[in-house]
Amino acid sequence: MQISRVAKRAVLASLTSAALAGWTTDGQAQDYKARAWAASCGGCHGTDGRTEAPEFPALAGKPKAELLQALLEFKNDTGTKKPTVMHQHAKGYSNEQLERIAEYFSRQKR
Amino acid sequence: MSKFDRRTFLKAAAATGAATGLSSLTGCATTPASAGRVVVIGGGFGGATAAKYIKMWAPNIDVTLVERNGAFVSCPFSNLVLGGSMKIDEITVGYGKLGPNYGVKVVRGEATGVDTAKQTVTLAGGTTLPYDRLLLAPGIDFMYETIPGLNNAAAQERIRHAWRAGPETVALRAQLEAMPDGGIFAVVIPKAPYRCPPGPYERACQVAHYFKARKPKSKVLVLDGNPDLTSKKGLFLAAWNGEYKGTIEYRPNQELQDVDVKSNTAIFTFDKQRADVLNVIPPQRAGAIAHRAGVANINGRWCAVNWLTTESAVVKNVHVIGDATQSAPLMPKSGHMANNHGKHAADAIVALMTGRAVNDEPIIANTCYSWINNREVVHVASVHAFDKKEQTFVSVKGAGGLSPAANVKEGVYARAWADAIWSDMLG
Repeated sequence: MQISRVAKRAVLASLTSAALAGWTTDGQAQDYKARAWAASCGGCHGTDGRTEAPEFPALAGKPKAELLQALLEFKNDTGTKKPTVMHQHAKGYSNEQLERIAEYFSRQKR
Repeated sequence: MSKFDRRTFLKAAAATGAATGLSSLTGCATTPASAGRVVVIGGGFGGATAAKYIKMWAPNIDVTLVERNGAFVSCPFSNLVLGGSMKIDEITVGYGKLGPNYGVKVVRGEATGVDTAKQTVTLAGGTTLPYDRLLLAPGIDFMYETIPGLNNAAAQERIRHAWRAGPETVALRAQLEAMPDGGIFAVVIPKAPYRCPPGPYERACQVAHYFKARKPKSKVLVLDGNPDLTSKKGLFLAAWNGEYKGTIEYRPNQELQDVDVKSNTAIFTFDKQRADVLNVIPPQRAGAIAHRAGVANINGRWCAVNWLTTESAVVKNVHVIGDATQSAPLMPKSGHMANNHGKHAADAIVALMTGRAVNDEPIIANTCYSWINNREVVHVASVHAFDKKEQTFVSVKGAGGLSPAANVKEGVYARAWADAIWSDMLG
């Protein structure tokens, strides 16, 4: 059953990461720093990446690899599409920070 | 973790025998103990966002949002109302979703006092709200005492600022509509820092756009208290030397001393200028409640904060965000910036109230669109990371930038941005 599997994973996470103080709905330890960084994106891409405007792609629930690739392409100007503003934002973050942001959005409910 | 998941989790924990070390959690599963009370004053881009995000991230914190107006009216895009491309109701959003969707208590009222020793806020009418942490997002007030002729209500009805969107915007639009063709519209800009650096130049574009279509013999004068354009200079000059050539005239170093209301004249140090529609954007300071709370400690105007937490530099348990702050270097006073302040403050306040470590590497960003006409837009963007050595946000080198030129594509994005950010704060 879906729920008990989620719950079991939460227990495992709690045992391994002990008092990490927070869990996400999928039972993983909460990366508060990544959540705070990712919150900035919500101004355009919607709260937690659930977009309210069709012009801005949804980020919630997208595969991490896909999100990270897009962010790195923006940062390094290697994408096929010419962005208007995303290249200027992506350059403000380290690769590690971008990876954690991608991870955060990949775990959000669509 | 939602309540449902937490309950499921505890059941599973009990079943697997893992609950032994987690017994302290059972209390919060059944009767969530309050983690304390936050009062937010001001429901603009900063305050409304913070109220929503605190509840979203910590449902057990009690959050009350005090707002004097019945609905939010956006300053971004209000210049489009002046130019006739949008209506005021299209830039107005209600507070109705913050309660049902997030559990924010929205109180319509005017905060008149703060007792920072007793940690209470007083509202007009006498209601007292206790707080564990107070978040002030009061925006700006106008320093009318620096313009003697404008320092009374009758004068302010005639010469508008329209720098807080709402009835002011509608009133200035009505003046523009009533102005005969061949008239002069003059916008007077205060010395920086002021709310929305590119806003006055966008306003000039929007009024000129209206004049070109409806009153082609009319002129726009931009009377700037600064030595040069403070934002997006090249992009605005391209429009002023292009489609608005002969309509918009720019004059730098116009420091306003006074106005003569009878003749609609702005009086500068060495010069004066009459206008058919005179629009004075007065010098600004943090909203009044920040002064009453004793947190406006910079030149009697702005509030210095510890940018790691947004807590006031001078009063404990009082946070300040948005235009009212003494801005970090190169950080503009903008709505998008305040929205980002709101989330940063929410994260810090939740951390402080739930006993987790504060994020020591916050990063926030700004995107600001300006309308050149009714289709083409330009932007400026920046990323601001907290610098441990400087103990403030610094603009990240190599990030941020401007549009290469005014373009229609960003006009589409700008419209989407407005819907998105209004929903991010109020939806």
